[in-house]
Amino acid sequence: MEPFRMTRKILILLFWTLLWQAASMMVGNSILLTGPADVLKTLASLAVTADFWKTIACSSGKIILGFFLAFAAGLLAGTAAFRLSLLKELLAPVISLMKSIPVASFVILALIWIGSENLCIFISFLVVLPMIYVNTLAGLESTDPKLLEMADVFGVPFLRRIRFLYLPALLPYLVSGCRVALGMSIKSGVAAEVIGTPAWSIGKQLYLSKTWLDTSSLFAWTLVIIAVSAVFERLALFLLDRIPCGTPYKEEAK
Amino acid sequence: MTLTLENLQKSYGSLPVLDHCSFSFSSGRIYCLMGPSGSGKTTLFRILMGLEPADGGSIRFEPSSPEFSAVFQEDRLCETFSPVENLRFVLGKSVSREDIRRELSLLLPEESLSRPVFTLSGGMKRRTAICRAMTAHSDLIIMDEPFTGLDEDTKKLVIEYIKSRQRGRLLIVSTHQEEDVELLGGELVRMERLRAAAPRS
Repeated sequence: MEPFRMTRKILILLFWTLLWQAASMMVGNSILLTGPADVLKTLASLAVTADFWKTIACSSGKIILGFFLAFAAGLLAGTAAFRLSLLKELLAPVISLMKSIPVASFVILALIWIGSENLCIFISFLVVLPMIYVNTLAGLESTDPKLLEMADVFGVPFLRRIRFLYLPALLPYLVSGCRVALGMSIKSGVAAEVIGTPAWSIGKQLYLSKTWLDTSSLFAWTLVIIAVSAVFERLALFLLDRIPCGTPYKEEAK
Repeated sequence: MTLTLENLQKSYGSLPVLDHCSFSFSSGRIYCLMGPSGSGKTTLFRILMGLEPADGGSIRFEPSSPEFSAVFQEDRLCETFSPVENLRFVLGKSVSREDIRRELSLLLPEESLSRPVFTLSGGMKRRTAICRAMTAHSDLIIMDEPFTGLDEDTKKLVIEYIKSRQRGRLLIVSTHQEEDVELLGGELVRMERLRAAAPRS
């Protein structure tokens, strides 16, 4: 079953790639619509340069730094708001504001405040923070109150409650929050770079593609963004999966 | 240890659930609370365990506040844990895994001890919850309709187990069947008696 599914996936991918190639050949203008062959050629020529890797490392490093800072802050703020309802009410308007302000407005403001070099750390942070906060709060609030009462009556220590009651309730929310937030942080981080054009950034490369009407380079860098996004999503989910929590049943079954 | 209720009151909105209830419970005995549904048994238990405040009256534990264990009306087990892990969650590492298994195997078939609770029958879950309450370190054990869903033979087995594990502690059980009172060898306390015993002020 597994190999067949894999083959089918490859065939589907091949189908769309061929369709893309055919469409670009029909258009016959590489500025309007470049084909996959040209994109791969551009990507290959970029990949042999050290600058290409330095750009990816700088850009994704900053965006992921923003992500992890926001993850930690969102987790702390969400947990604190769960314990203190006053804090939850206090933060509610700020979080809704952060969710509804367009990234572009943040970018302009951040350019004025902190300049372009560390812009994408800040933007990634602002985009991720409300998502992690909201999911942390919702996850903790989904802990079964009846089990919490049971733990109260039996005097179960706090750390054991965290590991076996709160964390299993929180993790599914955190995982789904992380999936969305990671994609969003990379996309908005790169968008911020396009506006701020800091040195050694993917966003600057996209900006240059626009300036030179280099569609192949635009597509090649877009593929890079998708790949970076996928790698970091896997990494984040791998790390979350390592958190020891709940299900001692599984431990016993291993 | 003695537990004394004095003029305990509780209402939900305009509906009085506990109306000036007074009674005295002593360690080493089994008290069986009986009363129709809605007569306030569960509410009384929740107040005793500190899960809800009373509107008035007092609860006195002498010489000191006890440690509790309980069988709730719903089993309140962690569904993804095995019975062994459910007991371990409450007991910590103070009791070894082998001792927990030995204790559970008095009430449950050996093969069920490591299965996640959601795969067990209602009766098995109930027995796990009862075993958890009896094994936990406590001075006062509260059981809210613990025999619901148990067939006659299993109920007798469970009652024998409860009696053998009471170990001088105070046990308060709510039930709807007088037969349970006899089997437990407990003192029957009707909810109305709690009210009648109350000196009104």
